[in-house]
Amino acid sequence: MDWITQTWPWYVSGAAIAVSMLLLLLVGKNFGMSSNLRTLCTICGAGNSSEFFRFDWKEQRWNLIVVLGAVIGGFIAANYMTPDRAVDINPDTVAELKTLGFESAGAEYLPDELYGSGAWTDPKAIVLLALGGLLVGFGARYAGGCTSGHAISGLSNLQWPSLLAVIGFFAGGLVMIYLFYPIIFG
Amino acid sequence: MRSLSYLLIGIFFGITMFKSEASSWFRIYEMFKFDAFHMYGIIGTAVIFGVIIVATIKRFRIKSFYGDPIEFTPKDKSLARYIIGGFIFGLGWGLSGACPGPMFTLTGAGYLPVLIVILGAVAGTWIYGLIKDRLPH
Repeated sequence: MDWITQTWPWYVSGAAIAVSMLLLLLVGKNFGMSSNLRTLCTICGAGNSSEFFRFDWKEQRWNLIVVLGAVIGGFIAANYMTPDRAVDINPDTVAELKTLGFESAGAEYLPDELYGSGAWTDPKAIVLLALGGLLVGFGARYAGGCTSGHAISGLSNLQWPSLLAVIGFFAGGLVMIYLFYPIIFG
Repeated sequence: MRSLSYLLIGIFFGITMFKSEASSWFRIYEMFKFDAFHMYGIIGTAVIFGVIIVATIKRFRIKSFYGDPIEFTPKDKSLARYIIGGFIFGLGWGLSGACPGPMFTLTGAGYLPVLIVILGAVAGTWIYGLIKDRLPH
């Protein structure tokens, strides 16, 4: 049972993501998570403010069910398949994160400083989480997809636009971590 | 029945996102620091298998379980939207450590402050919808 409770190796994980995409194709759908954010906007009434949100969201119901599954999958994996949630990252990374104030590096799944229950009463954590989400949502829709739609589905279909988007994803991530982290957390 | 198939695929995907640690903020940080191969291995393996899957479906004109042809929509040709939009997405990915799939997986895993990220992402999508006609595409 070790293979279930341990971290899945990269080759098993990557293959499992490809299988998720294959199964969705075989039931006649496309793998892409960020379009659900648009559907959620429409359900919340965004159609009144922009034509972009005026579509029949029920056509996207299937994808919301996939998302519900992803929530349930997270619950199952965290509670029944992961007795030790510590993520075994590179010791150098752990040391570096500690200098930035992330004491939970190497001991948790997510940093306590951002995602612990204390986050609710920490204005800095709330602002950073909300800002991070805002950029992800805005950028994903602007780019027409996220990690699943571009990096997996798009690259699998050899789409040049998806390669451009993935280059953009990485450029943004590198700028955030090398340029902005020392300012935000230093 | 179809709804059940979507739900089961989602559960499988959610478990994969958690167990691969692709949902871990620490793994994303480590990836951007080039301190481990793990995340590159995951994305690389998924793309290699994905290319084979898509090519096979096209080559043999494989139909869905429900008998419909499987279609792939080509992405629109553009430079600005992918580079700029991708860059903005990357800033958020680097900060929150969560992309749109893992956000939901982490909610199920019980890390409830991730709901703030989801709310932010819905708001960001909404803002895009409001100003999209004024952006270069």
